[in-house]
Amino acid sequence: MSKIYDVIIVGGGPAGLSAGLYAGRAKLDTLILEKAKVGGQIVTTDEIENYPGSISDETGPKLIERMVDQINNFGVELRHEEVTGFDFSDKIKVVTTPQENYQAKSVILATGAVPRKLDCPGEKKFTGRGVSYCATCDAAFYEDLEIYVIGGGDTAVEEACYLTKFARKVYVVHRRDELRAAKSIQDKAFANDKIEFIWDSVVKEISGEEGVVDRMVLHNRKTGEDTEILADEDDGIFGVFVLVGYIPETKTFENLITLDEGGYIDAKEDLLTNQEGVFAAGDIRGKVLRQVVTATSDGAIAAIQAEKYIEENF
Amino acid sequence: MVELDRKNFDAEVLEAEGLVLVDFWGQSCEPCKALMPHIHALEEKYGDKIKFASLDISKGRRVAMAQGVAGLPAIYIYKDGVMIDDLRGDDATAAAIEEMIKKHV
Repeated sequence: MSKIYDVIIVGGGPAGLSAGLYAGRAKLDTLILEKAKVGGQIVTTDEIENYPGSISDETGPKLIERMVDQINNFGVELRHEEVTGFDFSDKIKVVTTPQENYQAKSVILATGAVPRKLDCPGEKKFTGRGVSYCATCDAAFYEDLEIYVIGGGDTAVEEACYLTKFARKVYVVHRRDELRAAKSIQDKAFANDKIEFIWDSVVKEISGEEGVVDRMVLHNRKTGEDTEILADEDDGIFGVFVLVGYIPETKTFENLITLDEGGYIDAKEDLLTNQEGVFAAGDIRGKVLRQVVTATSDGAIAAIQAEKYIEENF
Repeated sequence: MVELDRKNFDAEVLEAEGLVLVDFWGQSCEPCKALMPHIHALEEKYGDKIKFASLDISKGRRVAMAQGVAGLPAIYIYKDGVMIDDLRGDDATAAAIEEMIKKHV
């Protein structure tokens, strides 16, 4: 433990990178810690139509690459380490990773959210063996096979459309009798003749004889009926893409930071948390819309708030 | 790092003696690409005890699926041609892969 950073940003998605850009430009000594892939959820998105100013054919990875280039110009340090704990008890805060105990005057929590699981028998066992959470990663395996997309929100319906480029048939299994996805996305899906909908249904069980998914049981919530789905014999497998929303990644600080009843950080527009000098940005905080545009907005505000806090307190 | 495809997979992995680590990945799998530098670093560290290989699934989708790989990333360890350990999806972090290697070398 030696150096004291002005600000440590935890999470390298759009919120964290935007905070890094603003902090770097403000000449704050800034470190971003990211445990896995820079860019977070958005890098698994093939198409971004709704980020203002996006160029045509914008993809998640390309957008993030430009964001990273931009922060590199301002001397922001980016390390691939997983944060395992925090100490906010002193004015100088400690952020712990397996490699190091980092010190900072302020901390921005931009840890985002991770895909929600189904929590049904067989899901864990068959992850990567037919069960997937990432359409762009795994679509290629299902060339001319069948896929069941579980979910009815923007991500589920958008990815169902994307998966029709590979699969011969895509079923969308949704727990209600109407989709939650935006109207424009719904229209695209309803017009796609490779997509079929299975309404009012949830997954009860996933299994497979040969080490990959070849059987699934769906439960109809309205009729109470169970339906068994079996893989075509020639196929021997079908895909189950689980896209049922996200849960906030709060486990490393849930005892230190006040959360709302949804489990997100309870921070208003000023992005203050209950801990002085600790700010929240992006999908991790309670808000009405979780998109790249709202995440980058939070990042900017959080960095400016951190700058103000440091000026007033150090 | 040995680059695998549908032609050399059997010879390099299933008919190979000793330990082989196979990194199944794909061009459009961002988590896989983020993992790649860590795999190279692990090869530097353990490459004398375990052979490192990677299969871009566009060069052998059926080969991968025959190994029970239908999702990325997937990291397998084989011993004398038999798969003895694996990590998939979110579980395939750099730290977890190193732990898995340490168990077997």
